[in-house]
Amino acid sequence: MFIDEIYRAQAPYREPMTVKGYRFGKGEKAACILGPMRGNEIQQLYICSQLVRVLKELEGNGCISSGKEILVVPVVNSYAMNVGKRFWGVENMDINRSFPGASGGETAARIAAGVFGRIKDYSYGIQLASFYMAGEFVPHVRMMETGYQNTSLANLFGLPYVVVRKPRPIDTKTLNYNWQDEMTAAFSLYTNQNTRVDEASAEQAVAAVLRFLTRMGIIRYESHSGYISHVIVEEDLSDIHAASGGIFRGFARAGTDVRYGYKLAEIIDPYEGNVKETLVAPTDGIVFFAHTEDLITENDMAYRLIHRLHA
Amino acid sequence: MVSKVYSAELPVGEHLVIYKNRIACENVSGREGRIALVSGIHGDELEGQYVCCEIMRRLKANPEYLRGIVDIYPQLNPLGIDVASRYIPRPEMDMNRIFPGSPSGTVMERAAAAVIDDIAGADVCLDVHASDMQVREIPQVRISSEFGQRLLPFAKLLNTDMVWLNASATVHEATLAHSLNMLGVPTLVVEMGLGMRINREYGNQVVDGIFYLMHEMGLWTGPVIPVREPVISTDGEVEFLRAEHAGIFLPDIVHQHYVKRQEKIGEIVDVLTGTVKQEIRAGRAGMVFTLREYPFVYEGALLARILAEV
Repeated sequence: MFIDEIYRAQAPYREPMTVKGYRFGKGEKAACILGPMRGNEIQQLYICSQLVRVLKELEGNGCISSGKEILVVPVVNSYAMNVGKRFWGVENMDINRSFPGASGGETAARIAAGVFGRIKDYSYGIQLASFYMAGEFVPHVRMMETGYQNTSLANLFGLPYVVVRKPRPIDTKTLNYNWQDEMTAAFSLYTNQNTRVDEASAEQAVAAVLRFLTRMGIIRYESHSGYISHVIVEEDLSDIHAASGGIFRGFARAGTDVRYGYKLAEIIDPYEGNVKETLVAPTDGIVFFAHTEDLITENDMAYRLIHRLHA
Repeated sequence: MVSKVYSAELPVGEHLVIYKNRIACENVSGREGRIALVSGIHGDELEGQYVCCEIMRRLKANPEYLRGIVDIYPQLNPLGIDVASRYIPRPEMDMNRIFPGSPSGTVMERAAAAVIDDIAGADVCLDVHASDMQVREIPQVRISSEFGQRLLPFAKLLNTDMVWLNASATVHEATLAHSLNMLGVPTLVVEMGLGMRINREYGNQVVDGIFYLMHEMGLWTGPVIPVREPVISTDGEVEFLRAEHAGIFLPDIVHQHYVKRQEKIGEIVDVLTGTVKQEIRAGRAGMVFTLREYPFVYEGALLARILAEV
């Protein structure tokens, strides 16, 4: 294992923020795994750290395939993580909205450019990502429909679902989009947590990455075969919004198999304690996303359901 | 008449409400022209607060001159201004990256769709921004080259010092301006001043321009003052000066200062050691139309922008 300095940012009164890359094996740039660009992505940091631990063991046992190189970048935005902020610095910039970046541009664009310059030539790019809405997901691989996406490859992670979404204008500045633009097969991996460590889903994510690397011939590893993934187009998910604001009492977690009419949640009047709204499943399906905060605003997305795939 | 453009119930005893104030001429026939004035997409940009207020004050003082409809949306991100945040609180999303929104989407996607729906059909829309807390800007209009031919005649009437064609971030896709321009509503982004502050001089300058624009559109028959001729600039005529070291920026010039080539703009110092880490000099002669106000900088921070050869 080699530890490379991928990028270094300076601040007047802090130690430099050094983005480190952990490199395994030698040869063609086979796979890059990248962790948090936002300061609240604790689960993603944990997953990357565990991958480094396992890959180090595998390399010690000679299980990295000959002629293949793997790079793990466990964290990009450690500065934000250490001060409990989500975005970068006083300018509060989202590094994952700054790609491909510019070496002579603003600070976040320079960080993005510095990191991207080192990771863009890998054949496979795996980002441990987070969503802007607070809640939990069924573990899945997400890809953007850029024309270069390959859902067959995404199936090889062996996670239950692969979600394909049409990119919106704002997505064109993300790492995933720009990786694909550089012909890297890019995948965003989502587990059910962001801001705290969930051991079970972290293990699932680590296993999924190792399974993918094994199936692509990059490592030799005995792994459980995983799921046969279902490919879902994001527009086909059934969204359930709250019709009122209040205290949210959720009954269904991500992954719950629900029937039409299943009581998903109640919204409680925050002053008088009565149930002011009951959310029920509009269809048979599986909970793909569940709101997990204790408060909810009218029109907030409470659940996303996958229509039942098999009778 | 004050009305609600969008409302959503917040968790505890309150609604998120986006308000509009419509000021119309007497005896509305339905054939009048309409101008929309929007502000506060970013909660930490307050220059538009003064502009909206001053427009209403002047309209109410002389309603007899009004020949159309003025719709004023003073704060599209009402929770953002409450916590002095550029973003929408909680999801920390930039509201000016979710247009045109969606009537079946999340809270603020629906808000964005409602705003678009309400403004659609206007003859012109002005989206008034301030700068952020980092840099001070002169009054300027920013328009993308995609809509440049159509928008430039409007932009020249707004009494700003500069019209910047093809400026990127504030005019690109997913913004209010881009979405409305795509719908056929000529929409211009006005930028000035500094975040979290109000500069009444700049505000009055732009308000004078808005009345001149309304006069030229036949919406206002009252007295107006002649507007200044703005410098029309493209990206190639703008020099960006950025920090190459982290530290504290100390400017040597004032904002809107004309500099010679190689004139000193300021320096970045390391306070711990009392040393100068970078001396910043103008690469081209011209007007400093952007100057850093917040002294703390990382490498890459914007220090100044110079409009060359003016």
